[in-house]
This record gives sequence, structure tokens and C-alpha cells, in this order.
Amino acid sequence: MQLTGAEILLECLMEQGVDTVFGYPGGAVLNIYDALAKYPHTIRHILPSHEQGAAHAADGYARATGKVGVCLATSGPGATNLVTGIATAYMDSVPLVAITGNVPSPLLGKDSFQEVDITGITMPITKHNFIVKDVRNLASVLRKAFYIAQEGRQGPVLIDIPKDITSQQTDFRCEVPKTIPKHTGLITADAITEAIRLLQSSKQPLIYAGGGVVSSNAASDLLRFAEKVASPVVSSLMGLGGFPGNHPLFCGLIGMHGMKTSNLASSSCDLLIAVGARFSDRVVSDIKRFASSAQILHIDIDPAEINKNIHTHHHITGDIKSVLERLNVALEPLDIESKQEWLSQISSWKTQFPLSYGKSGGLKPQYIIERIHALTQGQAIITTEVGQNQIWAAQSYTYTLPRTFISSGGLGTMGYGLGASIGAQIGQPNKQVFNIAGDGSFRMNCNELATAVEYELPIIIVILNNHALGMVRQWQDLFYDKRYSQTTLTRSTDFVKLAEAYGALGLNLTRIEDVDTVLTQALEYSGTVVVNCEIDRDDKVFPIVPPGAAIEDVITEDS
Amino acid sequence: MNRQILSVLVDNQSGVLSRVAGLFSRRGYNIDSLSVGETEDPDVSRMTIVARGDDATLEQIKKQLNKLIDVIKVVTLEPGDSVYRELLLVKVQTAAGNRASISEIVDIFRAKIIDVAPQSMTVELTGDESKVNAFAQLMQPYGIIEIVRTGLTALQRGDKDIKN
Ligand SMILES: Cc1ncc(C[n+]2csc(CCOP(=O)(O)OP(=O)(O)O)c2C)c(N)n1
Repeated sequence: MQLTGAEILLECLMEQGVDTVFGYPGGAVLNIYDALAKYPHTIRHILPSHEQGAAHAADGYARATGKVGVCLATSGPGATNLVTGIATAYMDSVPLVAITGNVPSPLLGKDSFQEVDITGITMPITKHNFIVKDVRNLASVLRKAFYIAQEGRQGPVLIDIPKDITSQQTDFRCEVPKTIPKHTGLITADAITEAIRLLQSSKQPLIYAGGGVVSSNAASDLLRFAEKVASPVVSSLMGLGGFPGNHPLFCGLIGMHGMKTSNLASSSCDLLIAVGARFSDRVVSDIKRFASSAQILHIDIDPAEINKNIHTHHHITGDIKSVLERLNVALEPLDIESKQEWLSQISSWKTQFPLSYGKSGGLKPQYIIERIHALTQGQAIITTEVGQNQIWAAQSYTYTLPRTFISSGGLGTMGYGLGASIGAQIGQPNKQVFNIAGDGSFRMNCNELATAVEYELPIIIVILNNHALGMVRQWQDLFYDKRYSQTTLTRSTDFVKLAEAYGALGLNLTRIEDVDTVLTQALEYSGTVVVNCEIDRDDKVFPIVPPGAAIEDVITEDS
Repeated sequence: MNRQILSVLVDNQSGVLSRVAGLFSRRGYNIDSLSVGETEDPDVSRMTIVARGDDATLEQIKKQLNKLIDVIKVVTLEPGDSVYRELLLVKVQTAAGNRASISEIVDIFRAKIIDVAPQSMTVELTGDESKVNAFAQLMQPYGIIEIVRTGLTALQRGDKDIKN
């Protein structure tokens, strides 16, 4: 049938099973929006306050559901407003398809009104991008984009469509989307055998789990694997939820804000099994001193991650779930006796170095998050902003389910959380979504409150309000002789009134004894809630590994 | 630092050159030269990239190239197994009446004079790198007005081709 480019775009989205698009109209996408209005309402369009919000929402939707997130923006400023969101998704390997309009093809390259070279701009922050210059290629480009976003290591793909392409007509035929193959070709029998040999000869194994476990839906396989090997498990920020946080083998976060047990374990283990993790600088600190007494077995879908940041002794490249399944089948239950000493060492570290925070002084952010966990029975989805709020949210909530911790790990994007919470809530309407925020981060993109209210999303935004850019201030405190350069926020913003102005419920929380009452009130409210929690300006995130130090040299609360 | 000659088959798409060049600059990889042209199949181009780095970096370069969607295949062309060529054009001064001695060198190198003007001569030379370097050095004393080199291109020796 003859369809316009705009109609083909919508047909292709439906073909891919897309039910939600986060987008913002403008001149270059007028034809697309016109088609959207005329089309049967099979695609739900969410209009945010800002294109950055659309990109973060599409990302949050993807992380919460495992499906591809889709965002749409007009040319020029619309497209550039997506950039931070695309980069965020790229750094955390989130499947995203971003569609931008551009000026009509004859005007390309002439500095036309609202023209930017968005494929040039996003080249280093997408898996791939396209500009469509012939309407006859539009459908195949869209299909390729969805395929690339999901295939192998996932990531964002951008498609730039000049305006004239969306009004031109061509023949269109529906196609069944190509199935996404699992990468299993390199999971050879030899690679498995060698891994088994390493696992069998290790007396002090340690599993280091990353975001790959979550994105390949391998949480249950990792659990079986860890139990079979009787190996303690540590997690990167991105890996949280990929292994039950309440399991006896779990030691917690590893890295800059890792648990001391995790960091000590990484320095003492004889075999480090990295599963879908990439040895980022936030984990390893000083690479030369990281896991220096261990053999490293690296399991990852991306061949380029092998030997990129650290030299590995053995690796298996392929889909994490498939690798773990193969290992689980091949593994005889291992001799736990020989590991007894190691396991009791780990548990004595755990008793010796628990996560602790000063109980004196006012309202503690850690306590608020612990109560959120208790009141939601750990069933909530937690999105975060960036800074102390993010690390507290990572440490003090026990994640037992994959896709329940949603945070900008690689790019560290302040302003990510609110948009992400909107996407997560839309993707998982039956879950309670919390966005844990700092006052700085919240202020960056709080315009999206309007969106949450408009779509009646019962998100609870918890602002851990320290009237500071807390994490930066903490570094200035610890490493810059307390010179608090531009990190004290003496703004007079009233977040409760702000919430009310947007049509949300605003609540203040200032005393420990009110935590449960206020959180319960928020949970019982049917719409969007902002809880402004007044916390101490000088509360810090511990443990912390000072820059350049070895990972086991952590500073803790009482050191 | 080692040197590696990579032969890279890529989709002949607009933007593919900047994707490859961008990858090198973004990740701080050293590149000596890059040459590119169409192949027997007009949808496919072939790049010859001379890259420099330690073994780990060279391994990463190949892996990162392989991640680019437009890259079809990456092959290392080992020195013993491959033929390398580069084209050089050089314009030298001939003002001092030294045409004859330049001609002599041109003959020895089997180079070719492709343009003669009152005060200069332009010479074309193809060869592997050492030959091109040696020739450029010999032209130096005469006064090089300008010089242009294509960068290395290369093929595997024997019946094999890059696709198998
Ligand atoms: C977009 C962006 N700008 C700057 C930074 C640098 N940065 C990291 S943490 C931080 C402070 C965050 O302050 P706030 O949101 O109040 O959270 P807190 O650390 O106080 O919990 C800053 C400025 C960043 N990560 N992202």
C-alpha cells in the first residue's frame, strides 16, 4: 500500500510492538504528529516538558521493562536536547531508538533554520545512527535501528528524518520483526571447559556482577551459578538487583563506594569471575592494585570489553544468560569444604564492617531509604538522581529483583531520575516508583513534575535536601581542605509549594519520628508526591575510596 | 610501540570515514595513515589503516573497529605475507640547472616525471614505504616545493582474498 513517510514510521513502530513514544513536536516533525493524530490510537504519546525528559523517560521505560524505549524530537534544539539522554543510555547500554526530524533534504547543509547535524553530534554516543535521504529506505532503516539497539550489547540508535521524507509516499509492506539472535557462537566447549577448570581449582572465588546480568535477564542463572560455585558475590552499581541483596553470599557494592567486605574480598580472592561487568574506574580505582592476587575470568557479550581495562586470564564472550546456563549444566556441585575458610573470612568481614551511619543528629537519609524498603517490602522501583542521593539509594535499599534499581551509572547524569521514573512508571504501572533525589539534581529537571502530574503517575519523589551539591561538597570536605567552592545552595526554593504549583502533593519531612507517617501518607496518595526531606548538610557517603588509592583502603564512617 | 597495517572492508555509506576517524581520535589511538577507495563491489569500500600502539592497544583497535556497524571485516596484513605500496608526488626545484641529476635518480627509482615547468619538475613514485622515504630524502637537497603521499595501501600475497 502507498503510505507517507510519517505513516510508514508509525507502521514500523507498531510492527516492532512499540506502545509508547516519548516525544515533543516541532516544525520538522509536523507530518509525523499529523499522522499520529489521525492514526488509530495504538501508540500512546507522552509529552514531557523538555526533550531531555523524553530521552530519560524512554531510557527509564527501557530499563524497567527490557523493551526498546522510543523518543522523538524535532530538528535543531529538539534534537540537541536529546543528547544528554542518548549519552546516558549509551554509557549504560540501554536499548533506545531516538527519532529526530530534520530540515527538508534540499535545505540540508545550508545552515537552515533549526538545522543541526545530529548524526554527526551523536556519532560517539550511539551504537549507530542513520539519516534517511530516500523515503524508500525509511522502513528498512527503522527495522535495522530496532535490531541494532537490541542485538548484542544493547544501546541507543538515532534516526534523523528530513521533513520532506515524512510527506513523500512509497509502497509499504508490513514485516515480522527479525528475531534478535543470542550471541552464542563464541561460547565454545573449550572456553567452558577451561572456565570449569578455573572454578574447580579456586579456593577463594569472587563473582563480580555487572549490568550485563540485568540486561540479559540472567538473574536466576547467576543465582544458581553462585550457589553451585559457593562463591560470594559483589555488584557494580549497574548490577544491583541482578543478585538478591538479601542472599547470604551477597557482599554488596564494590568500588569507590563499595562495602569494605566487597573491596577486601576483591583484593584477596584467587579467582575473580566478572559477569557482564566492565572494570570501570569507579569500581577498580587503581587498576594496578586491583585483584592483583587473582586470576580473572571475564564473561561478557562485548568482545571489546575483554582486556580493555584489565588483563584477563580467561574469558568467554557471549550472551551472559547463555554462558551461565552452559556453566550451570557443566558444573558438578563443587567441593564446598575447601572454601569454608574463605566463606567464613567473608562473613567475619561482614560482621566487622557493616554498612553503618551515625545515628545522632537529625533525619538520616539512609534511614529514610531503609524505611522505603520496609514499607514497600522491597517491591518498589527506585530511580535515582546523581550524587550522594544515588549512592545512599544504592546502599540502603536491599534490591532483590532485577530492573528495580534504575540509575545513571556510566554518565552520572544529574537530572536523570525524574524523567526515568516517569518512563519506569509508565512501563510498569503496577509497581510503586520512587525517585530518590538531591536538591541540586531535582532542580535541574523538576519541570517534569508537570508531566508526572498530567499523566497521573503516582511517583514519589524523595528529595534528600541537604541544601548542597552534597557529593561535590563531600569531596571538597575530604580532599580540598573544606573549601566549599560553589556547592552550598542557599536558595529559598520551597519544594512543597513548588510541588503544589505543579499540581502534585508536597510534603515536608524533618523529624525521624515522622518518617513512617509521611512516607505512608505519600504511598496512600493516588497522584504524584514530592517529599522534601531536610537532612544535614554534612552527612557523607561512606565508605569511600580516596582518588588514586587501592580499593581496600576505604575510608569509613569512623576512620 | 608496534605498527600494524589493517585492511578494513566497510559499507560504502556516507559518514563511514568520519566514524572510523572519529573512533581513532576519540579513543586516542595513533594513526599513521589511512587510505580509502571503492572495491570491486561498489557498495563496499576498503580502507588501509596504519596504526601504532602496544599489543593491547592494537587488539582494542581491531575490536572497536569491529563494533562499528558499517565495518564488515578487519584483517591485519602481516609484513611477510602482504604487498604494500604508496604513491608519492613531489614537486622539486630545477632552477639551478640540475634537471639531469634529478632525472638520474628518477630512473634509478623507476619513478616518473609527470610535469615539467621552467623552474620545477613533478615526479611520481610508487613503492613501499622505505623506497618512498629514500626517494623523498634524495630530493630534499634540490629543494622540495611540495610533496603529497597517499598513505599505504596493501593486499595479501597469493591467491587468498580478504573475504575468506
Ligand atoms: C549534569 C551534571 N552536572 C554536574 C555533575 C557533577 N556532580 C556530581 S554529584 C553533584 C552534586 C549533586 O548534588 P545533589 O543533586 O544536591 O545531590 P547530593 O549529592 O547532595 O545528594 C554534581 C554537581 C553531574 N554529575 N551531572
